[in-house]
Amino acid sequence: MVEPELTPAERKRIIAARNRALALVLLALVVLFFAITIVKVKI
Amino acid sequence: MSTAPALSRGPAWGYGTGPMTVPPDSGALRAALARPADWRDFLALTKPRVMSLVIFTGLCGMLAAPGHINPVLGFTAILCIAIGAGGAAALNQWWEAEIDAGMKRTRNRPLPAGRMSRDSARDFGVGLSAASVMVMGLAIGWLAALILAVSIVYYAVVYTIWLKPRTPQNIVIGGGAGAFPPMIGWVAATGHVSLMAVVLFAIIFIWTPPHFWALALFVKTDYAKVGIPMMPVVAGEPSTRRQILGYAVVLAPVSLLPWWIGGAGAVYGVCAGVLSAVFLALSVRVGLRTRSGDEDAMKPEKQLFAYSILYLFVLFGALVADRWIEVGFHG
Repeated sequence: MVEPELTPAERKRIIAARNRALALVLLALVVLFFAITIVKVKI
Repeated sequence: MSTAPALSRGPAWGYGTGPMTVPPDSGALRAALARPADWRDFLALTKPRVMSLVIFTGLCGMLAAPGHINPVLGFTAILCIAIGAGGAAALNQWWEAEIDAGMKRTRNRPLPAGRMSRDSARDFGVGLSAASVMVMGLAIGWLAALILAVSIVYYAVVYTIWLKPRTPQNIVIGGGAGAFPPMIGWVAATGHVSLMAVVLFAIIFIWTPPHFWALALFVKTDYAKVGIPMMPVVAGEPSTRRQILGYAVVLAPVSLLPWWIGGAGAVYGVCAGVLSAVFLALSVRVGLRTRSGDEDAMKPEKQLFAYSILYLFVLFGALVADRWIEVGFHG
């Protein structure tokens, strides 16, 4: 089954939500890499 | 609104005759090109429910190992296992988009439903897979990264592309892909592959056929429709039932191996014995059934499938509990 066509507003909302999710993931990765670096330096 | 694209795959179970061609993007899949995929669709592409079992067994492998790993690195290792599994799942759905469109159980996934382009799924899968292996190698170790890479290739290429459309033994050999996580967890904690890591691999390897064939017995019409040579479709129900029973018989002693080789204590041994006895009892009920009914009459098979998931969770949980008890006693 194919999803119905999107309105421009819906398209914008989906892209904005996706960008927010991506930003959160990237931020989490920065924090994780920082923590890994600290741990690795201590070991 | 159009329906899912018609399948143009060849006849079922032509194993040994070469690859079955997957038609190029068509219909619903091409329509998705103009539509931006929601973040939830990307998440769905990673098969979160399957991932939960992968995370759990990987975590148990790590916690049951005799080595010590820094919590941050332990978290990173499990994250890499999860991301790697997600990447492999995305690649699986990219390759099987047309097949998924033909099955009731999978037709609402992002690709067959037309909510995402096929290229996005492929790029997402490759990106996650590569990132997980790189981070695992840099943060944890290259042996763990190598096993993770092998498990991803095993699932996405050996199982999905090569075995699944060719042979009814697909899930037997392909089951190895799901057996790697505890081994990766173990290697992440200890830095090497020991006999216990191989035994944990063997437990999941032997557990997979009865688990999956119990499911295949009650969704076999779906598999037959899309030409996937699952055992019940090719060899028939009686043969599948006998094989489920056979694997359950083998699983019982294999599940006790960690105790016999001294890798786990009595707590694990007792749990494994009881869990495997119940598994065997449910398998006997399925294995000795001669009358096959319609989907609603598949209660024993559904019970075995549900119990098999519980079995693995509790068995690996017992392994960790046993290790913690031992550490508590002996320091």
